[in-house]
Amino acid sequence: MSSVLYDVPGPKARRVSLIGSVVGSLLILGLLAWIVSTLAQQGIFEGRRWAIFTRADVWTLLGNGIGATLSAAAVAAVIAFPLGLLLCLLRISDLAAIRIPTRIVLEFLRGMPVVLMMFFVLLVFGTNQFIAVVAGLVLYNAAVFAEIIRAGIQSLPKGQREAGLTIGLTSFQSRMIIELPQAVRRMMPSLVAQLVVLLKDTSLGYIVAYGELLRAVQVMADFLGTQFLFPVFFVAAAIYIAINICVSRIAVWIERRGSKKAAGGVAKAEPEPIEAEVK
Amino acid sequence: MDVIIENLPLYWEGFLRTLFLSAVSGVIALLLGTVLAAARVSPVAALRGFSMTYVEILRNTPLTIAFFFAAIVLPRLGVKFEQFEVAAIIALSAYTAAFIAEAVRSGVNSVPVGQAEAARSIGMKFGQVLSLIILPQALRTVIPPLINILIALVKNSSVAGAFFVLELFGYGRQLANSNGDQVLAVLLGVAFFYLLITVPLGILASTVERKVAIAR
Repeated sequence: MSSVLYDVPGPKARRVSLIGSVVGSLLILGLLAWIVSTLAQQGIFEGRRWAIFTRADVWTLLGNGIGATLSAAAVAAVIAFPLGLLLCLLRISDLAAIRIPTRIVLEFLRGMPVVLMMFFVLLVFGTNQFIAVVAGLVLYNAAVFAEIIRAGIQSLPKGQREAGLTIGLTSFQSRMIIELPQAVRRMMPSLVAQLVVLLKDTSLGYIVAYGELLRAVQVMADFLGTQFLFPVFFVAAAIYIAINICVSRIAVWIERRGSKKAAGGVAKAEPEPIEAEVK
Repeated sequence: MDVIIENLPLYWEGFLRTLFLSAVSGVIALLLGTVLAAARVSPVAALRGFSMTYVEILRNTPLTIAFFFAAIVLPRLGVKFEQFEVAAIIALSAYTAAFIAEAVRSGVNSVPVGQAEAARSIGMKFGQVLSLIILPQALRTVIPPLINILIALVKNSSVAGAFFVLELFGYGRQLANSNGDQVLAVLLGVAFFYLLITVPLGILASTVERKVAIAR
């Protein structure tokens, strides 16, 4: 696309673009140099500040933080997905008495900050922090999963459901056997992208004092002294971002793979291999 | 219920501050995001690289980390804020801009190739092609996703409540602590005020979406 927006650069344009690139890079490098020198003036790069990473207990604390983050995300994802499927089925039910209340509940859950839900569960039900974090994540993400899957079902050709009903399946059987499997497959990229959001949102556990990665940073800064705040924060943020980038890459990979498959048509049967006939 | 009515002025103040944070961050993020998207498709390689790196990192940064950086790490590094609202606005707009950049870029990709080719063939430069032909069309198609990003921004502004800014969630926490016996009512009150912003925006998004769908 980008190449369509401008002409193939001639010698002059290439020169201008090269100068632009150099100036742009210099500006960015200058900005970085300024940040680094400011940090250096604060004594951030002194060896003793980073020497704490040679201590095993620092890594144990960080490791515990990562473990807490990942376990909350994993538990929440495992509960939220089936719940999302269920909510989706209720949301598209033929009975208005089921459909409309579900819709209101979904709108309510989606319009609410996740941190407020965590806080709500923590205070109103008096649970521990882990349950509060997981419950907050489950409530929100189940609602989002439900909407994603619903969008997937609605994007299916109408004939899928009609054919299911015609061969004598009940409405529920048609949803379960015919529509849901296709919808989930179609919406896989969105679902995985939502998993990244879920993983990122575990960091909200910091606010309800759940012992995840960021809380571990805070604890260490309080414990070891604030001069270690920056190094610890830097390492923790890098870990968090690295994990998220990995999961995002998986989402992109699934999307590519899915679009390759979908090019032949998901609903079509696999074509017979021709070689078999030749033999 | 009494606790909500008694503290209505506090709720109202928090509501206004949430609106303020969201509006200011939203405007900054829209501008920054559009500039980033333009940089992403520009002929200058350094700009493309910068925009790509920025979006990739910020999109994968948990919002709490961004807030922690702006409100706790930056002051320790000598960047002092008069008010913590400034830190909140920095964190929110830097974070949201990455999502807006992605949305606008997908909008740019959705504009038919012939538009840009036609513009170039009548002699327009890159800046003109982008600002006169591509972006006006691209922005129109991405209005629904942009509204959804803004809804997320409103909800995300609640994180500011945990970083010394007294907005809706901040006041909610305060009230919940001082009215331990009526936590349910206090938090439902907070929820109500959030829905007051997010539900109309959601309806707006789906209405616009339907209009655009008919137009195309």
